[in-house]
Amino acid sequence: MKVYIDKIGIPRLIIAILFIVVLVTANFQGLPMNMLLSDVVKRFGMYGILVLAMVPSIQSGVGPNFALPIGILCGLVGAVISIEYGFVGFPGLFMAMVFSLPLALLIGYLYGKLLNAVKGSEMTIATYTGFSMVQFMCIAWIVLPFRSTKMVWPIGKGLRNVFTIEKTFGNVLNNLWHFDIYGVHIPTGLILLFLFTCFLVFLYTKSKTGTVILAAGMNPEFAKASGVNINRGRIIANMVSTVLGAIGIIVYSSSYGFVQLYGAPLYMAFPAVAAILIGGATAKRAKISHVIIGVLLFQGLLASSMPVANELFPEGNISEMARMVIQNGIILYALTKVKGGKYVD
Amino acid sequence: MLTKFLKKESVKQFAISNIVSIIFIALSLIGMLLSELGSVYIFNELINRISRNSFLVLSLLIPILAGLGLNFGLVIGAMAGQLSIIAVTYWQVDGILGFLLCIVLALPIGILFGYLTGRLFNATKGQEMIAGLIVSFFANGLYQFLLLVMVGTVIPMKDSIMIKPDGIGLRNTIALNGVNGDGGIKYALDGIFRLNLFYFIIILAILLLIYSIYQIMNLNRNIKLKKPRETYIGYTAVSLGLIVISVVTLVSDSMFKNLKIPLVTWIVIALLCLFNRLIMKTKLGQNFRTVGHSQHIAKVAGINVNRTRIQAVIISTVLAAWGQIIFLQNIGTMNTYGSHMQVAMFSIAAILIGGASVSNAKISHAITGVILFHMIFIVSPTAGKAIFGDAQIGEFFRAFVVYGVIGISLALHAWKKYKLSKM
Repeated sequence: MKVYIDKIGIPRLIIAILFIVVLVTANFQGLPMNMLLSDVVKRFGMYGILVLAMVPSIQSGVGPNFALPIGILCGLVGAVISIEYGFVGFPGLFMAMVFSLPLALLIGYLYGKLLNAVKGSEMTIATYTGFSMVQFMCIAWIVLPFRSTKMVWPIGKGLRNVFTIEKTFGNVLNNLWHFDIYGVHIPTGLILLFLFTCFLVFLYTKSKTGTVILAAGMNPEFAKASGVNINRGRIIANMVSTVLGAIGIIVYSSSYGFVQLYGAPLYMAFPAVAAILIGGATAKRAKISHVIIGVLLFQGLLASSMPVANELFPEGNISEMARMVIQNGIILYALTKVKGGKYVD
Repeated sequence: MLTKFLKKESVKQFAISNIVSIIFIALSLIGMLLSELGSVYIFNELINRISRNSFLVLSLLIPILAGLGLNFGLVIGAMAGQLSIIAVTYWQVDGILGFLLCIVLALPIGILFGYLTGRLFNATKGQEMIAGLIVSFFANGLYQFLLLVMVGTVIPMKDSIMIKPDGIGLRNTIALNGVNGDGGIKYALDGIFRLNLFYFIIILAILLLIYSIYQIMNLNRNIKLKKPRETYIGYTAVSLGLIVISVVTLVSDSMFKNLKIPLVTWIVIALLCLFNRLIMKTKLGQNFRTVGHSQHIAKVAGINVNRTRIQAVIISTVLAAWGQIIFLQNIGTMNTYGSHMQVAMFSIAAILIGGASVSNAKISHAITGVILFHMIFIVSPTAGKAIFGDAQIGEFFRAFVVYGVIGISLALHAWKKYKLSKM
């Protein structure tokens, strides 16, 4: 028994049980289960790639990518340019990714350089780098000369806080080959894209570069001894992570139907970090399976607990508090498992 | 002394070691010129903000010296302070009595919270800063649960204007100025006695004058002094100059002569500075320093490293709780679910701007930091409006600066450490 618990991991076990309990409660409350499950599946596809962005970063030994907002900003720039040029439907989605790619590669490279210079305290620095870039882009959203009436304020300057992309590339993935099973809506395109990206990252980790980075992340001393260039590996991993963040937010926005600018990306790294950690990853080791399990459990729990909690406690926003406590509790738990350099018992 | 100071190398060294502060002095001067705010307004606001924030920023010192880095868990101390304010406002204890009751109540809550945070920091050694940041988000969830759901259901709190109309949960904002606008703990400390700024300067200058003359006379009696003679002559000149400027301002009809300072708050801040100095001279303070220097050496020397670290966090948390009470009695209204959220970030940015680093901080860093940081804060919205025609840009710039300063300072520190470890 104990062996099994150790294998699954206590947080994963607790969250899984909680998820099941919430689903059962929802059923007894008479909530429409098909709607609930549709939401769970949709969120799984929406958040998947953002969580996947944690994998290369963790594998290279940098720890979870707390600077995910940087990648997200690159994606948003791509999305905004694509809309500005009037691309619609699949070309719109595709061009958003194309526009964001060079930017994400460049920024990811610079960010990797930064992280190589500050080995040992990546996480705090990453968090604040991400925060400051979000604020910097807030100024950019106002100042940059975008004209498309779909995005700018009718009066005044700059882009709107939130704007719909219903008429451009919103929901194109969700509506691709979509079908219903027992009333549960399956957004096939969205899920397939996520699984395909997972497959690509899987291939990358099995490639020569990926294996080298993995070895370097696991044991820097060993990697050094066998002549592996750790710094180069860390930079590549961060570039991949940033690109995934950019693609992730484009897919997220498309599925959500809205693009959110300004302060919205500020706290987006934390749910993604929590999700992969629930999936069974540690701050030192992550696999694709951790991403899939983690997103399903964490986003599933959030999606299903909201209506259940509102039914049980009409007062206050219980599910928001639960999200804060669970999400950050998990990150804290994972941090206690990281042994720092200057550890003394 | 002055000639030595003006030598090229020492100027360069001074500039490099204080680069952050120098950039900020330049930024705030540019901002002042662009913002077109009256200088009287700026000074008034500055005095207000110094008295409001210094205590909080000073509460960061001890964990830094004990090697825990910047205490991003300050938010938890602020929560402790706010819980005690809520209790005191509910009991309707007014004025300085209410304020003192807040201080007393915040002590055990702060100690408990600090102990728990300290335990967590010991479990996450080497990652204290990110752990502090995340534990503040975590605690915020519990805090909201306590005040939004438990109050009115499990915790009985009937017939209070602080409760939402439906009887469960506290309102978003709580006024601290009592029921009919009088009473409450608003200005409980600040309002005791306000002294004209220039009287204050004159008093300080006279004290400095007496001290320097006394030292110069000592010198004539061939008693050895800490500093060379020129320093004391310089002090004398400065204090005479200050007295002249103050008297001129007071007799003229400039607007500056109406500037007032909350004397008692400033005395409290001075007492905290004194406390920080004195504690570092005690056995406990030596332990902090040793642990901060090297946990390994401390352990070999027979110091209980984990206990010392917890003590440092407890002191910081309690001071943060008190600092938040001082902050809120000045503001006069409490944003129940928001007032505590940015405490850590602003205080940390301030002390870093003042020239502190992750492993070294002085009282002077804290005080200069508060002045420079708030200077930027006061002028940036109007400066943003003057340059871009949009006050919002100034606000974003301000946030960019805050986060950027924290990120860059941490990065520079980590880079230095990494380079040293490779040498």
